[in-house]
Amino acid sequence: MALVGQPNAGKSTLFNAIVGYRAVAANFPGTTVEALRGQASIDGERAEVVDLPGTYSLLGGDVAERVTRDFLLAGEADAIVQVVDSSLLGRSLELTLELAELGIPAVLCLNMMDEAEHKGIAIDREALSSLLGIPVVAAIASRGQGVVELLAALPQARPVRRPPYTPDVERALARIVEAITRNPDFQGPSPIHRAAQLLAGADAVLDAEMAQAVEEARAALARGRGEDPGVILADERHAQAMRLFEAVARVGQPHIGWRERLDDVLMHPFLGYPFLLLALLGLFAAVFVVGDALEGLLSPLLDAVSGQISAALGTGPLAAVLLGAWDGLAAGVALVLPYLIPFLFLLAFLEDVGYMPRVGYLLDGLMHRIGLHGKSVIPFLLGYGCTVPAVLATRILDDERDRLVTAALAVMVPCAGRTIVIMGLVGRYVGPVVAFLLYLGNVLVIALAGWALTKVLPGVGPGLILEIPPYRWPRGRNLVGKTWLRLRGFVMLALPLLAVSSAFLALAEALGWARGFNAAVRFLTWPMGLPAEAGVPLVLGILRKELSLVMLDGALPGGVETLSWAQMIVFTVFVLFYVPCLATVGALGRELGWRRTGIVILGTTGLGLVLALLARAALRA
Amino acid sequence: MSFDFPVSLASLPPGGAGRLVAIHGGRGQALRLRRLGLRPGALVRIVAAGGWGGPVLVEVDGCRVAVGRGLARHILVEPLNPPGVTRGHGTR
Ligand SMILES: Nc1nc2c(ncn2[C@@H]2O[C@H](COP(=O)(O)OP(=O)(O)O)[C@@H](O)[C@H]2O)c(=O)[nH]1
Repeated sequence: MALVGQPNAGKSTLFNAIVGYRAVAANFPGTTVEALRGQASIDGERAEVVDLPGTYSLLGGDVAERVTRDFLLAGEADAIVQVVDSSLLGRSLELTLELAELGIPAVLCLNMMDEAEHKGIAIDREALSSLLGIPVVAAIASRGQGVVELLAALPQARPVRRPPYTPDVERALARIVEAITRNPDFQGPSPIHRAAQLLAGADAVLDAEMAQAVEEARAALARGRGEDPGVILADERHAQAMRLFEAVARVGQPHIGWRERLDDVLMHPFLGYPFLLLALLGLFAAVFVVGDALEGLLSPLLDAVSGQISAALGTGPLAAVLLGAWDGLAAGVALVLPYLIPFLFLLAFLEDVGYMPRVGYLLDGLMHRIGLHGKSVIPFLLGYGCTVPAVLATRILDDERDRLVTAALAVMVPCAGRTIVIMGLVGRYVGPVVAFLLYLGNVLVIALAGWALTKVLPGVGPGLILEIPPYRWPRGRNLVGKTWLRLRGFVMLALPLLAVSSAFLALAEALGWARGFNAAVRFLTWPMGLPAEAGVPLVLGILRKELSLVMLDGALPGGVETLSWAQMIVFTVFVLFYVPCLATVGALGRELGWRRTGIVILGTTGLGLVLALLARAALRA
Repeated sequence: MSFDFPVSLASLPPGGAGRLVAIHGGRGQALRLRRLGLRPGALVRIVAAGGWGGPVLVEVDGCRVAVGRGLARHILVEPLNPPGVTRGHGTR
């Protein structure tokens, strides 16, 4: 079973409700860029559920549309559930009509019924069901309503009834269908879909006969109407969708509430900016305050346990290794979780409320100065959580060059791992103000790098087109689910890694290897004025950025407290920029190719070194 | 209700409304705008215009879409003239 729908219709939310938390939902378009798979029990049998990327049509105009179309054409889905935002039913029915051409059994899920009600839209589900010939189920996915009904309706899924186009279009389609079905290579569920794609000029022909048929059909249609056949098809579907909508929906008085008014302030050309600054400052302050408090609670507890363990183990190399593993784990828990949890939670809150696209809107003008546009803000903001989704999110950009520049810049945004280093080292020992200045400086460096990149790679991509969804009050459950989903990556991957690396470090120290290793990277640590012990932690930081701090704390005899303020700042600046973590390198390689990834790695590391040296010079001055 | 001569979407003042006449520029962009409801014949209303040459915020079909200023210059609308609302300040 495959979930199909427009971006922001609530697909990820529904998917999570069906299969349990597997996907990250957010209140902005483009959350799902890949097909996600999960299992659910449907009608007593286990079935695979696939969440396809949000798409407005099947024309293959962007990556998401191509992924969706290719998946459906491959015939992998036995049934489609089209998830629609009921408050936008008219527009969504255009996709339903495209699905009709595929001939795959479908169910229509009218999600966001609460939103439709809010807008004063009442939908006659039975009428819609009989017009389309498929089951129509109402749902409010964010509250888990309608999920059971949806699964129960699946066995009744039928191909959508396709209303005919105007006769001249049907004639053109018939001409192409005839040519297609005569080609022995043609496969696929539905010639009519292929014909419509060909008529719109959105697909490749298989043979000369087809090419001729398509050419003739397109020419005949264009002659009769004086317009591009692709536009004609889109307009006809639009008209049909509107007719359907008018037949089944009644539009009454919309409520005008806080959500409609809020944008008067938050998206105001002047007032919007102080509020943006306030929101970011608030986020920062909250993470710091909550993180600090949590850490204060956790540290003594963990220290007490450490004391017990070390007393029980005694001395010797094995004891040193075990203690090292525990120390790594404890440091991870004490240093990392307190800041990570509030941060991820608040990020989830900002996303679900729908503030992110507003930030994109507000910063579009500024982004143009560094050769990008407002949509790039979304990968950047996601980058504050984790760089991997940020790099993947560059797919929402329509232009190849924009994707490259945005990805290259997004890796420099301090992710949660680096936030831990900033907060846990500079914030804690030097002071929150300096930590905040580091964030500010980071933004400045990114802006300058963007400006410089634009000189190398000129040509501003196409302008911004960004849907601004209505504000939504997030459900606590969704926020917790999402925070957990992102935290899980840390708990499952980073904590074991911390324990192993820390044990390894303890072993290396016990055997006297660490010294040789540290000496080998002294060419890096010496110019930055860092102690030799920082060598191994900086190299391990490539695995995960927060490792560098935890390891450094373990490697220095007196812990990180013994560093001078200048050393802390220099260390942090370098960690902020040098080689992105391994997971990011993997994501970059996939999105940009390995050559460009190599350039990004070299560039950011060089930049990190230069900035760290500058910081050292400035602080010593 | 009457329509004025077409002007660019970017030159409509906040609060101003109009009927979309044409979208010039790339086919890809035009299709993308269409999917969001910005198609010839659609009634649009400017909710706000961003600072620093920022995008215009357009309401169409009850949804809000931010359109970059450069792109908005390529979208032609006939301003709507209900009594009391004056016309935008011409092309820029
Ligand atoms: N009011 C309301 N909000 C919903 C509903 N379903 C999902 N949402 C919210 O809508 C936003 C977008 O949902 P998401 O699942 O990310 O949409 P997707 O882009 O289609 O995957 C999220 O903030 C959800 O919490 C619903 O039925 N009613």
